Amino acid sequence: MKILVVCGNGLGSSFMMSMNVQKAMKELNMEGTCSHTDLASAKTENADYYIGAPEIMDQLNDGNRKIISLVNMFSMDEIKKALTTHVLEGR
Amino acid sequence: MLSEYLTSEMISFKESAENWEEAIKIASQPLLEQQFIEKEYIDTMISNVKEFGPYIVMVPGFAMPHARPENGVNKLGVSLLILGKETLFNDEKAASVFLVLAATDPESHLALLSELSSLLSNEENVARLAAARSESEVFTILKEESK
Repeated sequence: MKILVVCGNGLGSSFMMSMNVQKAMKELNMEGTCSHTDLASAKTENADYYIGAPEIMDQLNDGNRKIISLVNMFSMDEIKKALTTHVLEGR
Repeated sequence: MLSEYLTSEMISFKESAENWEEAIKIASQPLLEQQFIEKEYIDTMISNVKEFGPYIVMVPGFAMPHARPENGVNKLGVSLLILGKETLFNDEKAASVFLVLAATDPESHLALLSELSSLLSNEENVARLAAARSESEVFTILKEESK
């Protein structure tokens, strides 16, 4: 499984968020990879799930991509909850 | 690491800002004065928010304005503005702590960001930063984190 963390520029926020997502994946015993990129590249990169701030996710949401929006990208609780509902339980 | 870049001349305090654009300008001033960035960088940070939305508000209350290295960065640096009152970005997002990031390439600032990330993953730290009213209070919070 591939998770792509996306932000506007692809060099700051998405990197920090991806560290937290990787930590959460480990704690949830999830298999898969997590990388980070900017919004423009994300539009042409395939991933099972796209994670990012709500504003960024709105621009990525074409109805086909599976997207996960995070309000506080540093809250481990929010990240774990989001991964559990969207990925593990597949809702 | 963070405390090496965030020296006292890079930190400013103000009671409030008229709007988020002004807050970004005030927060970036030390980087501009010390020639870490060109004016173009400030304009780009502002237009990025207009284009992508306020995703730079990473944690409620905390914003990290930034743009890309090619938008006018001369030297890796960070500056900090702490407002007494939160500034609204939209109906949902507001911030009183602004940490401007100026990166020269995609890698050299990552160690700095990992430290910032562990600082921000503790919500109490964000509240303490927002309540800080002097450089020395900021240094104390940063020092505790780098231990």
